[in-house]
Amino acid sequence: MSDMKVHVSKKSKKMMIRDNIAAYIFLAPWLIGLFAFTMWPFLNSLYLSFQQTNLFESRFVGLDNYFKLFEDDKFLKSMWITIKFVFISVPLKLTFALFIALLLKREMKGMHMYRTIIYIPSLIGGSVAIAVMWTQLFGKNGLLNSFLDIFGFEGSNWIANPKTALLTLIILYVWQFGSSMVIFLSGLKNIPSTLYEACKVDGGGRVASFFHITLPMLSPIILFNFVLQTINSFQVFTQAFLITKGGPMNETNFMVLYIYDKAFSSRQMGYASAMSWSLLLVIVATTGIIFLTSKKWVYYES
Amino acid sequence: MKKNNVLKHIFLILFCLAMCYPLIWLLLGSFKYNNEIFSVTNILPSTWKFDNYKIGWTAIPQYTFGTFFVNSFILVISIVVGTLISTTLAAYPFARIDFKFKKVWFAILMGTLMLPGQILLIPRYLLFTELGWTGSYKPLIIPAFFAQASGAFFVYLMIQFMRGIPKQLDEAAIVDGCGHFRIFWNILLPNCKPAMFSIGLFSFMWSWDDFLNQLIYINGVQDFTVSLGLRLFLDNAASVNWGALFAMSILAILPLMVLYFLAQEYFVEGVASSGLKG
Repeated sequence: MSDMKVHVSKKSKKMMIRDNIAAYIFLAPWLIGLFAFTMWPFLNSLYLSFQQTNLFESRFVGLDNYFKLFEDDKFLKSMWITIKFVFISVPLKLTFALFIALLLKREMKGMHMYRTIIYIPSLIGGSVAIAVMWTQLFGKNGLLNSFLDIFGFEGSNWIANPKTALLTLIILYVWQFGSSMVIFLSGLKNIPSTLYEACKVDGGGRVASFFHITLPMLSPIILFNFVLQTINSFQVFTQAFLITKGGPMNETNFMVLYIYDKAFSSRQMGYASAMSWSLLLVIVATTGIIFLTSKKWVYYES
Repeated sequence: MKKNNVLKHIFLILFCLAMCYPLIWLLLGSFKYNNEIFSVTNILPSTWKFDNYKIGWTAIPQYTFGTFFVNSFILVISIVVGTLISTTLAAYPFARIDFKFKKVWFAILMGTLMLPGQILLIPRYLLFTELGWTGSYKPLIIPAFFAQASGAFFVYLMIQFMRGIPKQLDEAAIVDGCGHFRIFWNILLPNCKPAMFSIGLFSFMWSWDDFLNQLIYINGVQDFTVSLGLRLFLDNAASVNWGALFAMSILAILPLMVLYFLAQEYFVEGVASSGLKG
């Protein structure tokens, strides 16, 4: 009996070693990539942010880059514009996504077709082609102004006007609400219909069932979408780079645009890295606040 | 109730039309003469100018958009292949094997999934410069073979999918004396086709749409992708033929649209089941 036990545990130990070897062979490419292309660059960028670099040399300057950031008006403006963009566009995008998802939720006729169409902007919204289109929609002689012309309004050049440039990019971002909507839609489908029936029995109307059932049951998915969209929108680049080129008067000079400019036009890699880290800290702080407050508004079953 | 539904449909149809109107305008504009493009009253071209496609195709001196399309396909397909191989390999042990430090590695995987990519922009560029990879497709393709870039998302998606495949299948194989590599190859992979399809589609879409990385790493016009070619066209297009620019824009999004309409279930289900970015 005891012989057998020893035999079994020996065998399972051998199995364990075999399992471990197999596991690490499978993981090898990812692990190599993780260290070479993610971890090492990540740490290196922190190190770089303490360096002053130009075309010819680099030297250690401690926190100097970070102190300089606070005196760089262009940086401060860039940070402010980015935060403004995120704080306006993310809630708008999610509200749209939730509203349309609620309209589509019951297995209604044509739901498939609507979903297909609404997802299209998410598919191509980040491409150069859409940037071309947006430029022509909101330009001085663009489609929007031709439309306004019919009603006798004279529109401005929405993209070149410092007051409206940011708005055109926010609209473009909100236009791509389809992917968030699809996530909401699948969340709504998972809410058991018995809950709604119970609410009806208790005399609750549509408003009550929305606030007492839909919102709490959906709250984990709202949190998920919220965090995802926040992280993504802080890193807005392509469309601003192509449509407004950061202008006019730096009104759309988002953080990643300024980082790109410092790193690849002025070759100040150290300074640009300090900006990257500042942006990372803002993103971490924002998502951290979202997670902290989520304890108050996210409802978890069981 | 019935009346309510009709109103809902009317609202949704109008809403969808409004959302797609710019795209329809872009498509029809690609067949118009300049003077008609921005007119609101002429929705359809009065004379169809198919020439726009010919003009746009050869608008950039020395190279045609044919070169850019070939380049884009080479680049994107390499990335898709690399992503598929590396992410399925990495997902298997997380889904099926008990190994040391599994929890730690999983936590790191989830951490990189949330890591904002912009932080890696500069150090990666310096690394690839040192390796002599800039000016080629290597900085874009090689990380995909090591499950980096958007890899963490796909590994996570694959883990979730593999966990849903009944374990009895591999237990039967273990009894038959199969090792992990046989289980992976003969049992898991054939059952993972839907997830691989979703991953392939998303990786295609993201690398086709990608602009920043291509902008940084690709220098020569002969290596330009469709995105870069279109941007070159746009920058030179101060006073040119808008119709031709629109025509090339339509062609640039065409591969994605075709893929989407052929395989939309995989796109939509992929987003829904994993909550992917995008």
